Formats: sequence, structure tokens, C-alpha cells
Amino acid sequence: MHFLNAVFHWFTTASNWEGANGIPELLWQTAKLSIAVVASATIIGGGLGALAGHTGRGSIAAVNAANAARAIPTLALLTLLAIVPSISIRYGGFLAAYLALVVLAIPPILTNTYVGMREVDADVREAASAMGMTGWQVFKRAELPLALPFIGAGIRTSAIEVVATSTLAAYVSYSDLGTYVLSGLASQDNVEAFSGSILVALLAGLVAVVLGRVQRALTPAPLRAGGGAGTSARVRAAV
Amino acid sequence: MLATGRPFFSWSWVQQNWGQIVADLDQHIELTLIAVGIGLVISVPLAVVAWRYRRWRSPVTTATSVLYVIPSLALFVILGPVTGYFTITTAEIALVSYTLLILVRNTLAGLESVPDDAREAARAMGYTPGRSLVRVELPLALPYLFAGIRVATVTVIGLVSVSALIGLGGLGQLFVTGLQGSDDGPFYTPILVGLVLSVVLAAIADLLLVLAERLVVPWSRAGSPGPTRGGRVRTGAAA
Repeated sequence: MHFLNAVFHWFTTASNWEGANGIPELLWQTAKLSIAVVASATIIGGGLGALAGHTGRGSIAAVNAANAARAIPTLALLTLLAIVPSISIRYGGFLAAYLALVVLAIPPILTNTYVGMREVDADVREAASAMGMTGWQVFKRAELPLALPFIGAGIRTSAIEVVATSTLAAYVSYSDLGTYVLSGLASQDNVEAFSGSILVALLAGLVAVVLGRVQRALTPAPLRAGGGAGTSARVRAAV
Repeated sequence: MLATGRPFFSWSWVQQNWGQIVADLDQHIELTLIAVGIGLVISVPLAVVAWRYRRWRSPVTTATSVLYVIPSLALFVILGPVTGYFTITTAEIALVSYTLLILVRNTLAGLESVPDDAREAARAMGYTPGRSLVRVELPLALPYLFAGIRVATVTVIGLVSVSALIGLGGLGQLFVTGLQGSDDGPFYTPILVGLVLSVVLAAIADLLLVLAERLVVPWSRAGSPGPTRGGRVRTGAAA
């Protein structure tokens, strides 16, 4: 109980809410990094996945590259980038953390976009073409809307992983919520490390819940219930 | 860029530290095997319960999802007051908790994929529900289970590195060594060694599991696309 009291005290101490090492500032640093990473990964991963899914070309290469990228430990990329002289010092460690996390964030989005595009019924595609739609129109008006639930699931997975992993950025000198965790561990201030961990876990949970809602909203109503049971199971399974 | 005295890659460093590298690799494999092993022992019964008794479904999937979302570094620290900071138990609990969602979800999907015909045929042959589970449903669920084990294993191999920040971590130690040793210029060698070994380890583990699946489930061709096989490509490596 003594420990939990100390944690409660940490959260209610005014100085922990102010200045460059206050909760709001470090929370913002985590959010800023995560948003930049997920937005970039959505453009890159979503773009490559959509291209591979639409054309059917280069798909094996794209999916395999994405899978191989997942085997790379983020801590390895982070430490590696953090000691490259021209990268490590840029923007207070932001660049190193950003690049390492983008590599982490692309695969789920790429794979899900690709799977979502491929899941589109061939009949739908043909019907769209038969109606005189161009390739771009087929993509924009048939494939993309139908693949959106999958893409949403991929973005959600990526975002959760990025928020969770952003704690490691503090290890290579970018200040965010992970700073509490790592500096707490280093100085054996277990209360600070614990409190920081609670904050990160809460943020990851919040992202999971909010993006889960968004993903549901993106799913066309007919797919959501009834006949959608199988679909949503597949959407989840493909994450 | 590489103006400092250290070479980009030093074979002599590898030779001098070979014993330590092997020990780190050893620990990495050990931590992974324990995590996936315990994960399986917990997940399969959980999935069976959730499958048999529908009202347990939602609590089981929710609980495993929550565990999945908590960042592993945060979990290491949150568990600290109970299981001790910097202990193997703490690291394993965090790693195991991360495998549960993947393994439970895939086992459930596998059990649900069993055709009613097969189940009814077993009953008609006089199988009790328990016997039917062991002889019919679980074997037929194996392809899904294997897909889950593959994802869980590759994910854990990536995650183990993070436990280097609490003093364990197998190959993760090499990343710490590289970062800490970079005061006299970038010290890429240990990080590159750890990175390559980690990726190679993941690839070998995945290959061994594919071969194991072919042996155990000869009727399913590993790698063939299937509805939930999408789960197979789901190898996020969040911290």
C-alpha cells in the first residue's frame, strides 16, 4: 500500500505537471512522435499496399518485405540510428526515433491494405469495369471503400504498437513518456518508472479504444452485423 | 560521416566477444522458448473454454486484448513491485502476456473452422465431447494454431530485446553495448551483430515451425492462403 500511496502522491504532485519534464509536455512529445510516424506509415504502407493490391503486381515482394521488416527489433534500429552522427543529433533524437518507428509501423498497414484490396470480390471489380470505370475509378469507388475496414484495422494495430514502442525512444535521448520509465529505472526511482508505465499503458489503451470505434464507423453498415460476423472476424484476423 | 577511428564493422570485435555473443543468443532462444511454451499452455485451454462456454468468450478475449495493448516495457515496470525488478519472472510474464492474444485468437478461429459434419460424424461414432475435442476438433484446428505459434514466436523474438533494458534481453544486450560504447565514435558492430542474429533467428524459427507443421498436419500445406491465415502475417513487434 505504501507503494501505491507513493504513486498517488507522484500523480498529485504539482511539479510533475509543469515544465519540460511535466506530464502534459511529455504526453505531447509522445503524441507528436506517434502521429507523425503513423501518418507517414499510412501514406507509405497504404500506398504500396494499395498499389500491389490493385495491380496484383509486386505483391509477393511487398508482403514478404513487410514480413521481413517485422522481424527487425525496433530497439536495434533505434540504437543504430542513434549513433549515426548525422541522424542522432537531429531534432533532439526525434529523427532517429521517427525513422525506427516508421519501419515498425509500415508492415501492418501495408499487409492489411493489400489483404483488404485482394478480398474485394472479383465480380465487384469486373462490374465496376463493365460500368466503364477507369482503373483509378475502380480503385477509388469500389476497392478502397470495401478495403477500408481492413486498412483501419492495420492503422489501429500500427498505432498501438507505435505508442507502446515510443517508450523506447527515451532510451536514445528523445524525451517522451518513456523518459519517466527509463530514468525511473536508471535511478531506481520505482515510483516514477511505475507512474510513467501507467501513463503509457493508459495512452495505448485509449488509442486502441478510439481507433476501434473509428474502424467500426469505417465498416459499411451491412458488413457490421449479421453477414458481417464473418467479415469482421476476418478483418480482425488479418490485422 | 564515419570520420572516427572505429571501422563500420569490426570482425576482431566479434572474435574477441564471441563467447558473450553466443551466451546472449542462447539466452534469447531460452527466453523465447519459455514465453511461447507457457503461452501455449495457458492459451489452448483458455481458447477451448471460450469456445465451449460462450459466455466466457468475451471476458477471455477482452482480457487478452488488454494484456496485448500494455507496452511490454511498461509491464516490466508495473510487475516490478510484485515479481521484482530485473528478474526473469518479470520478463517472462510480460512476454507471455503478449503471446496470449495471438494464440487464443488463432486457436479459437481454428476450433470454429471445424466443419459441423466432422463434429457430427464424431458424435455419430460414439465419441464423447472430450474425446471428440482431442481427436477431432483440436487436430483440425492445428493449422490455425500453427499460424498463431509462428506469429507469436517471431513477435517474441523481436520483443525479447526490450528486456535488455531491465538487464536481461539476450541479443538486446548487444544493442545496449553498442549504444553505451559509442562515446568514442559510433560503435556499430555489436548492434549489427545483434540485429542480424535476431532476424536470422526469427527466420530459422519460422522455417522450423513450417516444417513442424508439415510433419504434424500433413493434410494442410503450410503457407496456403486461408481465411484466418491472414493471422499468420500478423507479426507486430511492439515494445
